[in-house]
Amino acid sequence: MDFIEEANKKALEMIQGARPTLVGMGIAGEVVPGMHKHLILHAGPPITWDRMSGPLRGAVIGGLIYEGLAQTPEEAEKLAASGRIEFDPCHHHNAVGPMAGVVTASMPVFIIENKTEGNFAYCTQNEGLGQVLRFGAYGPQVIEHLRWMEKTLYPILKEALEIHGPIDLKNLMAQSVQMGDEVHNRNKATTSLFIREMASSIVKTRATPEDQAKVFDFLNSNDHFALNLSMPASKATMDPVGKVKHSSVVYTMARNGTDFGIRVAALGDRWFTAPAEIIDGLYFPGYSMEDANPDIGDSCITETMGIGGFSMATAPAIVQFVGGTPQDAVNYTTQMYEITLEESESYKLPPMNFRGAPTGIDIRLVIETQILPVINTGIAHKEAGIGQVGAGVVHPPMKCFEDAFEAYVGLLDDEGLLD
Amino acid sequence: MSVNDLFKQELKVINLGLESFYDDLTRQGVPAIQVQWKPAAGGDQKMASLLGRLKSSK
Repeated sequence: MDFIEEANKKALEMIQGARPTLVGMGIAGEVVPGMHKHLILHAGPPITWDRMSGPLRGAVIGGLIYEGLAQTPEEAEKLAASGRIEFDPCHHHNAVGPMAGVVTASMPVFIIENKTEGNFAYCTQNEGLGQVLRFGAYGPQVIEHLRWMEKTLYPILKEALEIHGPIDLKNLMAQSVQMGDEVHNRNKATTSLFIREMASSIVKTRATPEDQAKVFDFLNSNDHFALNLSMPASKATMDPVGKVKHSSVVYTMARNGTDFGIRVAALGDRWFTAPAEIIDGLYFPGYSMEDANPDIGDSCITETMGIGGFSMATAPAIVQFVGGTPQDAVNYTTQMYEITLEESESYKLPPMNFRGAPTGIDIRLVIETQILPVINTGIAHKEAGIGQVGAGVVHPPMKCFEDAFEAYVGLLDDEGLLD
Repeated sequence: MSVNDLFKQELKVINLGLESFYDDLTRQGVPAIQVQWKPAAGGDQKMASLLGRLKSSK
């Protein structure tokens, strides 16, 4: 099937050649395509209010309160169910969001440009851990923190970026995967490099020294801050692949807390979904699998590109967070080479003797080997507002891949390309 | 080499697929390596047939 190999070669050239670059920041309602006051973006494939899980509902409630569209959680729930609020996946608006992934019109976002293809991706600023919107919390302190991020953090980072100029995120992440990050659930090195890169520009802003210090303290306290850069960098890298005709490469994996969805290049915007899995992992004291919400978030766009769970070998420390041993991490990465077409030319993994990250998931290989992509992830409590209860390792449902593969072969057949 | 001659030598076994053969050999002290092999699509006939369609086309 030469035409499939040709198509996949083109897709891999796009991934290998991508140059995701942080070019600025803006307000979602002003820069995210199609964004408006009554639209709420969420993680994963499309979903309606009645099917949303607890953490996603909680984040929607918080989003409506933050926007001033509702004053109380009860009012917000009523509004969300009324049909007057539109819901759409982040992925349909060139955006990605961790966990619940809720983006509303007033939220500041990072703007990432893939300098090779000219496409853009967007992501909000990471809130940190504890009581946060992305895990479905919507109490007054959550809203207050979001306002601080909008009124203090955002203007300072935006101005600092204008002083600094664009930041090459591929370069940043390529360094951090050699410093013990797999850039999904371990972002300590990436966040540190980001702070180092931005430090002098932050102190050159017009903000007061007190506010500048608060920004430094916040960035320093939040090891996951750079996740909201690695995710849109991965999104900006993978999106152009979705236009490569006949390619069998998976260019999206995402979950909304109810369904897991994938998209395959040749099949364009069509989602293939199945119920999201419960995560096997380490639970915080007092919590167990009984408390867990099914898999949620757009963050597995990192795995789709080849980092995250695919590059776990390079982050041995992460097993203390998600479970297992450093050898398990090496085994996960080794196995992912079985379902990918190339090794990354940029993300080189020291514990794998500097092999490149497994890159370009081929749906044919997933079906043939029955090896599913590996994803490491945070675990949200199934009830809104409680937050993270653990972290672990999870796989997409095989059904997503089987249905997509059947559709893929059907498409080629319909086009008269099969004997 | 005849089968009888083969089994008179020290065996070094590469076992494909079913792991129980590998377990039995190692329990008896026979050096063996396990290769995790599965039939295409794990034996799922529908998926194997679709894979076959792709592979048989040019």
